[in-house]
Amino acid sequence: MTAGRAATGERSDGSAIDVTTLTAHRCRELLAAGEVSATELTRAYLDRIAAVDEAVQSYLLVDEPGALAAAATVDAKPRAERSPWEGVPIGLKDILCVKGMETTCASRILKGYVPPYDATVISKLRAAGLIFLGKLNMDEFAMGSSTENSAFKTTRNPWDLDRVPGGSSGGSAACVAASEAPWALGTDTGGSIRQPASLCGVVGLKPTYGAVSRYGLIAFASSLDQIGPLTRDVRDAAALLDLIAGRDPRDSTSIGLSEPAGVPDRGDLEGLRFGVIKEFVGDACDPGVRDVFDSTVDAIALLGGVCEEVSLPSVERGVAAYYIIAPSEASSNLARFDGVRYGHRTAHSQDLYEMYTRTRSQGFGTEVKRRIMIGTYALSAGYYDAYYAQAQRTRTLIIQDFEQAFSRFDFLISPTSPTVAFKIGERMADPLAMYLSDLCTIPVNLAALPGISIPAGMSGGLPVGLQIIGPHFSERGLLNAAHAVEQKLQVEVVAPLAEVER
Amino acid sequence: MSAEQARSTQSGPSAGAGRGLSAGGADFRHGDWEAVIGLEIHVQLNTRTKMFCGCEVTFGESPNTHVCPVCLGHPGVLPVTNEKALEYATRIALALNCRIAERTIFHRKNYFYPDLPKAYQISQYDLPLGIGGYLDVELEDGSNLRVGITRVHMEEDAGKLIHAGGASGRIDGADHSLVDFNRGGTPLVEIVSEPDISTPDQARAYVTQLRSLIEQLGVSDVNMEEGSLRCDANVSVRKPGEPFGTKTELKNMNSFRFLHRGLETEIERQIDALESGERIVQETVHFDPATGLVSTLRSKEEAHDYRYFPEPDLTPIELDEAYVERVRAGLPELPAARKQRLIDQYGLPPKDAALLAANKPLGDYFESLAAATGHARSSANWVLGDLSAFLNAAGLEVTQCPVTVEGLAELLGLVSDGSLSGKMAKEVFEVMTATGKSAQAIVAEKGLGQISDTGELEAIVARIVEANPGPAEEFRQGRDRVLGFFVGQVMKETRGQANPQVVNDLLRKHLQTPDG
Repeated sequence: MTAGRAATGERSDGSAIDVTTLTAHRCRELLAAGEVSATELTRAYLDRIAAVDEAVQSYLLVDEPGALAAAATVDAKPRAERSPWEGVPIGLKDILCVKGMETTCASRILKGYVPPYDATVISKLRAAGLIFLGKLNMDEFAMGSSTENSAFKTTRNPWDLDRVPGGSSGGSAACVAASEAPWALGTDTGGSIRQPASLCGVVGLKPTYGAVSRYGLIAFASSLDQIGPLTRDVRDAAALLDLIAGRDPRDSTSIGLSEPAGVPDRGDLEGLRFGVIKEFVGDACDPGVRDVFDSTVDAIALLGGVCEEVSLPSVERGVAAYYIIAPSEASSNLARFDGVRYGHRTAHSQDLYEMYTRTRSQGFGTEVKRRIMIGTYALSAGYYDAYYAQAQRTRTLIIQDFEQAFSRFDFLISPTSPTVAFKIGERMADPLAMYLSDLCTIPVNLAALPGISIPAGMSGGLPVGLQIIGPHFSERGLLNAAHAVEQKLQVEVVAPLAEVER
Repeated sequence: MSAEQARSTQSGPSAGAGRGLSAGGADFRHGDWEAVIGLEIHVQLNTRTKMFCGCEVTFGESPNTHVCPVCLGHPGVLPVTNEKALEYATRIALALNCRIAERTIFHRKNYFYPDLPKAYQISQYDLPLGIGGYLDVELEDGSNLRVGITRVHMEEDAGKLIHAGGASGRIDGADHSLVDFNRGGTPLVEIVSEPDISTPDQARAYVTQLRSLIEQLGVSDVNMEEGSLRCDANVSVRKPGEPFGTKTELKNMNSFRFLHRGLETEIERQIDALESGERIVQETVHFDPATGLVSTLRSKEEAHDYRYFPEPDLTPIELDEAYVERVRAGLPELPAARKQRLIDQYGLPPKDAALLAANKPLGDYFESLAAATGHARSSANWVLGDLSAFLNAAGLEVTQCPVTVEGLAELLGLVSDGSLSGKMAKEVFEVMTATGKSAQAIVAEKGLGQISDTGELEAIVARIVEANPGPAEEFRQGRDRVLGFFVGQVMKETRGQANPQVVNDLLRKHLQTPDG
């Protein structure tokens, strides 16, 4: 272990271990065995954040007093009376409302906003005894694929600090890769969990739409948003999913899972058919990414899985449909940020109209404004049929393509992202290039399907992710298949970060 | 709904509607112009909680005391449909003979205003709950006007703006505005009529009878002054047979009187404008009861594009037949059906039956009274006569009436058994309303009991016949009219308390057999 890393645990043989490199379920085991206290574990992560976050910039807010107080409460409880995950720390994307904790969506317009209520997932994690380390950076209102659209800071990829961590859950992915939390929650509207997970070399799961309550998730595109885990292994992803999933009476679109994900333990893929989505492995993909993907297909075959190419012609129109539907919903969802009740309000205005326009002009960043304008336009009288209604028809075609594919295959696979992490600033001047980062992930949201990204290998020293897509509510099977691939590939998930460790 | 939509329904007169000025509008004179009126009625439902959150629905409480993150539009919150509100809305749609959509969805109506926390109203658009209904409206002259119901849909109310620092309470001249979100999120049902109404009188009759119907459904307080029933009108004028003229949307008619006056004023304004060669601009106009004038709010031509789109936070509502039938079975007897039953069961004249059917508590009072007395006609006469007159004068609802059904039944019993004359009963009723005492008690106290005791009266009759031999002889000669003289004498003696029938019988007996 490098000096400066808080080594607070101690093995039974007396040697020190670095708890910040462990998975959440290992943390849970150490807590249960009394080998580490919740306070020690939390302190270790806070120290780690203090050591590396100046370089990584994944946190917008670190709640040191709150986390330590919660940890002390856990430690005061006899171990036998604790619930299983009590005392395990977690990082939270700053799009989730936490009562009493500033929640900004990485936007100036919500600077200083302190929610008066907990999101349903937060209530569930609180009840389970998890320790909230703080709020993680993101693209403003989850609009972006690099976390560069944050109003407050640019998060860096722990594998190469000159590169982006992906987005919009870039803070969540980077913090897990940089050992600043054992796991984190993110949200995924068009790839915002899976793409940063891929770029940072961690596991990211977007559950089936409706598996997890959206209550308290600050809406970007209501028909696409889902909350999901970013973790160091598939087993943790399954555990965190089970902690947050469930039908919620506060979310009419929530259904919950038909069966818990449980502890994935599948070691082979015998009898499973995998469709390789032709449209996602062609020229759109970087050769390095394709190489890793090809070896992954070989690994799946070695595990007994059958891989076959399948064409879903309509998914190529996914990005276009998405950039009508998501901005349309966003233009309405973000209208409430008007300066009347909370958040930023302009200091000077002569009348109501000026108050609205100045507040919103000052409060929103460029990308958010762009999408509000696109969405407002697409929903306008005279354009609705040509844009919004047409995009919804395209969405239906995509759903049908997936349905057809799942009549032949158990799972569909593709690279998660067509490229590895790109340089900071590289795509900021070219929104279309940025939008194409989510080429392979967007159709999954449009079809409301579950998708997972797991580390599949490295290309030029940077992580490459494999995306596995399952039918609706197939999370248990999906996570078991992902577990088998993960065990076969054995990819390192904790970034070295040698240069920033002091 | 949008004005554009309402417009598209104005494709022609609907079948069966009594159109033109002749139907119930004879008093309304505008040369050869006719008005075309469609009404949009908003009804606040009296559910316990709001449309999309668990906050209590209240009226007149301290500002912002019944609010939560959901109805304040905090980031991240989601709506959940109030099932009771859905049931109430279904009741209204069924009572208006609408077809209930098998699949109905909510839309977002987007616009910025400080009383609208989410900057969109959750409403319904092209798939409303109920469509294609009608209401049969009884007009003053007894004729029927069938008003088509285009749609019945659900939505949420906005908060309330209070403009402070100005003299009028209006936004003009105010230096700041305050928002009370207690009302925000209250369940509303909007009822849009076809343009089947052609006079302010008809409009008033329609709203009155619609209000009574909804009151009887028990789903709203339907109080115009408190805003639980609000009325907007789409108004245009034309020469009979010509296409529809350009319409305006008339707002702020928060009483029946203002509705009538507002429509009258706007129709006259449009006719004057057209006759002097001006053009009607499609716009929203505001009726000011203080000045009796209408003024423009904003031009509809450059008005809002509400950017309606399906509300993604709510799943479609699918109402199966079993649900609709369950709600239908739970409907109370509606005014039209009750009117017919009152005619059939009690033999009431149609006009009386209509009056009793239109006011549910009054109708209930009547039926209880009729049951208690066994005399339907006299019960109806009392309820619609003295009782209603008293209630109107006192400004009371029948449910607040100090004279109970039992109390009035006792009084009517005294009349029917001859203890009281009709005239005396009216006096006793007055005392009952003022003191709350029973009829028996008042009769005893005031010595008002009608003298029907044959023995007591016989002595008086005998004495009077004896004292007037001349007229008695005349009677015996065949001059029947003289009887009136004797009746008058007996009444004078008994201070009007003698039972006239008994007096008549006794007089004949004594006059025909002189000297007892």
